[in-house]
Amino acid sequence: MNTFKQHSILPGFNLALGFTLLYLSLIVLIPLSAAFIRTAELTWPEFWSIVTTPRVVASYRLTFGASFAAACVNVVFGLLVAWVLVRYHFPGKKLVDALVDLPFALPTAVAGIALTALYAGNGWIGQFLEPLGIKVAFTPIGIFVALTFIGLPFVVRTVQPVLEDIESELEEAAATLGANRWQTFTRVIFPAIFPALMTGFALAFARAIGEYGSVIFIAGNMPMISEITPLLIVTKLEQYDYAGATALSVVMLVISFILLLIINLLQWWSRRRSTIT
Amino acid sequence: MVEPSPQYYYLRTTMSTITFPASGETFRQRATQEPAWVRRSLIGLALAFLTLFLFIPLISVFYEAFKKGAEVYFAAITDPDAVSAIKLTLTVAAIAVPLNLVFGVAAAWAIAKFEFRGKNLLITLIDLPFSVSPVVSGLIYVLVFGLQGWLGPWLAEHDMKIIFAVPGIVLATVFVTVPFIARELIPLMQAQGTEEEEAAVVLGASGWQTFYQITLPNIKWGLLYGAILCNARAMGEFGAVSVVSGHIRGSTNTMPLHVEILYNEYNFAAAFAVASLLALLALVTLALKTLIEFRNKQHQKSRGHE
Repeated sequence: MNTFKQHSILPGFNLALGFTLLYLSLIVLIPLSAAFIRTAELTWPEFWSIVTTPRVVASYRLTFGASFAAACVNVVFGLLVAWVLVRYHFPGKKLVDALVDLPFALPTAVAGIALTALYAGNGWIGQFLEPLGIKVAFTPIGIFVALTFIGLPFVVRTVQPVLEDIESELEEAAATLGANRWQTFTRVIFPAIFPALMTGFALAFARAIGEYGSVIFIAGNMPMISEITPLLIVTKLEQYDYAGATALSVVMLVISFILLLIINLLQWWSRRRSTIT
Repeated sequence: MVEPSPQYYYLRTTMSTITFPASGETFRQRATQEPAWVRRSLIGLALAFLTLFLFIPLISVFYEAFKKGAEVYFAAITDPDAVSAIKLTLTVAAIAVPLNLVFGVAAAWAIAKFEFRGKNLLITLIDLPFSVSPVVSGLIYVLVFGLQGWLGPWLAEHDMKIIFAVPGIVLATVFVTVPFIARELIPLMQAQGTEEEEAAVVLGASGWQTFYQITLPNIKWGLLYGAILCNARAMGEFGAVSVVSGHIRGSTNTMPLHVEILYNEYNFAAAFAVASLLALLALVTLALKTLIEFRNKQHQKSRGHE
């Protein structure tokens, strides 16, 4: 036998792997490579000037800033929600637990128009914020709100299982040794869930950076102010600026791949951490 | 036999406050639980956050949809353009989900039942579409099949249209939903191991017999779970589809795109009416998902008791 595959009496390996590779190549890898190959037709200075114009840089700043802020809020409140769902009992808990996944299941366009209607000046929430001088819809704050909604389940769902697995003996030992609840949380529980928390943060951040559907309705989409990078790609495409759209999408792809690598490392760290404790 | 101390029960029981039958009073707080006021404020804060960010947006979809009355609502969802959008969305999902189902089973069979080099790389590649922005997912198909793309001139010569037509919408949808079923099946089939299939093969079953009679019954719930999530995303995808669709009313408009068009025309009641159908789909998806998770938990418990 070759060294590529260990011997097995089960049939179908060649068929299954062959089909998998063919399908992945046709659907994912070849189309993705098109973005890189088309960009390679540009010279380096051309590429650089496309991806560093002031309007593009403003869109990076907005996309990353809003995504970072939203992911931070999701870390804090995601941990809180996971904690409450794992540790406490309250009426309707099962329903709440199921609804946490709503942002995964709800089409982004629906989320976008719902949030816009809520936060517009005459909306349910917007009418209370407007007198305070806070405008959410059609400003960068609206983008932050939409990205918070989209990223909400990630932290909850990565932290929840880790929190469930923490052995009560550890906390009991801490209490026996004289730690109060806060000390037990910061010294025992928090270190155990920290890798999962970081994984959740990275997942929410990665999702937020590429998000399009929920953001464009609420953003207002003003160049330099409230225009996210994915929207800029669509705008360039609609102006038949294929080179510009492709160059920008390569920047986004490279960032996504780096984030994917970081997420894989975090998950590996998380698994290692949980097998040690 | 020595009666265990109250402290013992105390430490053994998790998460519930213990009341002593004799006094009926709540027993002094456990060492591994927060004071009641902390618990209540944390629950309150979590629910307030979820209400603001989840429940109110969800309710508002249905409220806005029915704001102008049931008549307007039903007129909006029976409008010919809406009906054609619904039909297209169902068609696209009916193609994308089975394709990814076959892919998911094939990928999981290769990855979970065999040991080979480069397996982790393959798993990462399968997950790749999750980390690509929806807009980029659409754009790459324009680069391949669009008029300016690799195959564009050839397709135009043979009078075939993929971009700004239904095939492009299907392809973009397939791309964004590639990982759903595979990533559900891979860990499930890895956990189940290969003994049952090996026994079947040793007893003379053919490959397909082994798959249909041994593997398929074992993975059917995981398959259904993945298919439900895949379907929800396939029907709700916006960004990728928006780039390749061309937004031709009554022909290349899916439901989410129809919502966008209505909304941009300030026809809010109609936009929310169509959106409410998608929100309903999301709720049904969550209900089925919870049901399968509940069933799996019961199943595991009953297995544990055997």
